[in-house]
Amino acid sequence: MNNSDLNSVSMRDARTFDFAQFPDEHGRFGEFGGKYVAETLMEPIAELQAAYAQFRADPDFVREFETDLRDFVGRPSAMYFAARMSEAYGAQIWFKREDLNHTGAHKINNAIGQALLAKRLGKTRIIAETGAGQHGVATATVAARLGLECVIYMGAEDIERQQPNVFRMKLLGATVVPVESGTRTLKDALNEAMRDWVTNVDNTFYIIGTVAGPHPYPQMVRDFQSVIGTEARAQLLEKTGRLPDAVVACVGGGSNAIGIFHAFLNDENVTLYGAEAGGDGVETGRHAAPLSAGRPGVLHGMRTYLMEDNDGQIIGTHSVSAGLDYPGVGPEHSWLKDLGRVNYTGITDADAMSAFHDVMRFEGIIPALESAHAVAYAKKLAPLYGKNKIILVNMSGRGDKDINTVAKLEGISL
Amino acid sequence: MSRISPMFEQLRAQNRTALIPYLTAGDPMPEATVGLMHALVAGGADAIELGVPFSDPMADGPVIACAHERALRHQVGLRHVLDMVRNFRQTDQKTPVILMGYQNPIEAMGVGEFALRAQAAGVDGVLTVDLPPEEAHVTAKIYAEAHIDPIFLIAPTTPVSRIKIIAELASGFVYYVSLKGVTGAQNLQTDALAARLHEIRHECALPVGVGFGIRDAVTAKAVGQVADAVIIGSALVQIIAELGSGDAAMLQRQVQAFMADIRSALDAQ
Repeated sequence: MNNSDLNSVSMRDARTFDFAQFPDEHGRFGEFGGKYVAETLMEPIAELQAAYAQFRADPDFVREFETDLRDFVGRPSAMYFAARMSEAYGAQIWFKREDLNHTGAHKINNAIGQALLAKRLGKTRIIAETGAGQHGVATATVAARLGLECVIYMGAEDIERQQPNVFRMKLLGATVVPVESGTRTLKDALNEAMRDWVTNVDNTFYIIGTVAGPHPYPQMVRDFQSVIGTEARAQLLEKTGRLPDAVVACVGGGSNAIGIFHAFLNDENVTLYGAEAGGDGVETGRHAAPLSAGRPGVLHGMRTYLMEDNDGQIIGTHSVSAGLDYPGVGPEHSWLKDLGRVNYTGITDADAMSAFHDVMRFEGIIPALESAHAVAYAKKLAPLYGKNKIILVNMSGRGDKDINTVAKLEGISL
Repeated sequence: MSRISPMFEQLRAQNRTALIPYLTAGDPMPEATVGLMHALVAGGADAIELGVPFSDPMADGPVIACAHERALRHQVGLRHVLDMVRNFRQTDQKTPVILMGYQNPIEAMGVGEFALRAQAAGVDGVLTVDLPPEEAHVTAKIYAEAHIDPIFLIAPTTPVSRIKIIAELASGFVYYVSLKGVTGAQNLQTDALAARLHEIRHECALPVGVGFGIRDAVTAKAVGQVADAVIIGSALVQIIAELGSGDAAMLQRQVQAFMADIRSALDAQ
């Protein structure tokens, strides 16, 4: 990275857009997005699209959503100045504290929104996929609260490395189905959830956990998560009198990143950074960074950047963080990458682990390993910005779920 | 024109129902596929659906998803599938071959490049499970120019307004998915099926093939009374899975016998 990176977001094409106007009526963000699903799902998706369009304009729905965010989730989440980290890293580091939300991550914002839709559509059964388990826990939580049956699909490998969240989901009354096919991680859980949905489409609502999948999911999840950036922008203005110079978030499917970026997309002087899972290093091939090292293709209902081989087969990913271990990414991110509006970089497991310890020792916060990727990116950016500049980091989730993984990596038995 | 419409015209003249089996290319091993295709024709298949292995076969049930995994263990990709079709065509110029799969392997090759190579190999139709008509306009045009029929699915959830849209883009035949669910699902209701096919034919002049849930001579015969083509996939793939890759000649005999059984049930009506 060099100083020219700071000016690389030229806004050259971005200037002509109002980002809030996308996706278009076909669910497209430029060439990305769309609805690439089997015919059986086309009509249910059209119904969902119509219902969502109706409810997002319905004051009762919006009020109910906002009330739940306040009284059940605990919003607005705090805006926190990380003083010792700022000193150590060399720029003013602020955290948007999504880790303080009920259930411990940003995922609950979206789960609440979609569950309210499910209820209004009269669906009695909720399904979801999960990687790290955060979305599974959020979904099981809202299903319990609404008294709906809940089935969570989770890769068998992820179940092994996220045991506390698996138990949490079960305590909430959800059925957790281990997915043994393919690479036994998030992408396979998504395949299995799609198979369930196509079979039980009459009574079942599929709560997708990220800004991925067929239209209208990328738009709907973005809208439910955009509260993060809307709050953060107002909070920073209030506390510092100005906008941040940079906003950094981790990107797996990309919902926390879209959530915090969206309020800043039209702010030309705010530079946006997405930290992908660099695994052992993007150059090694063992990573989960499709925007850094993939190419556009079609998977899980959308056109987007993917990690694939020459035959178009989706390849296995690697990341220390289960929540980022996904070979695709939300289509809006693919578009923002091609527009040059957001800079995406792979952050290695090692750098994320180092940042994980920094957050604990400097700030007394256990970050999720996912969020630690964003902190590691901020650490690289800080010296380029300097101590008068503000870097806002989305602390997307808390890391209690990860302590077993960290212990294992460091050869410690608990 | 591809081989598909002439096949349906000929069968119609003979008052027969088309029998279209599905197998995944490269399952259980790449060397077996062309021999199995010939065995299917010898057993009475009128056309063959050849599955293109994909790492994430989202619309397929466990039987066919496992077939994809077996084929992928031998790294069978789209270019190998086209080689198989070319080999098959050396001794069979007549039987239509329809590739069935997912969009990403085709895009990885490039839709235009794929269409040319598929035409040269002797492919007649392409059914892309995750490419509904809304996303298929450009692709369907490219296929039409290469004399390849774009085959589209119609589902139980498809409203009449969408059947019209599908009918405008489709050629060759349309594939009615007789059940909500993935491939290999159970519990086919033939009365409801007949009513639904009547509705489809009102909007779409093409022959209607029916698949999903047909597993033996009895179900094939029931569906054959109302459909223009009977498509049989998971039941056949299950036979391949059970016999495995041990004895190629034995596997071909079994597959041929399974086809012949269904053929005679269809022709007896």
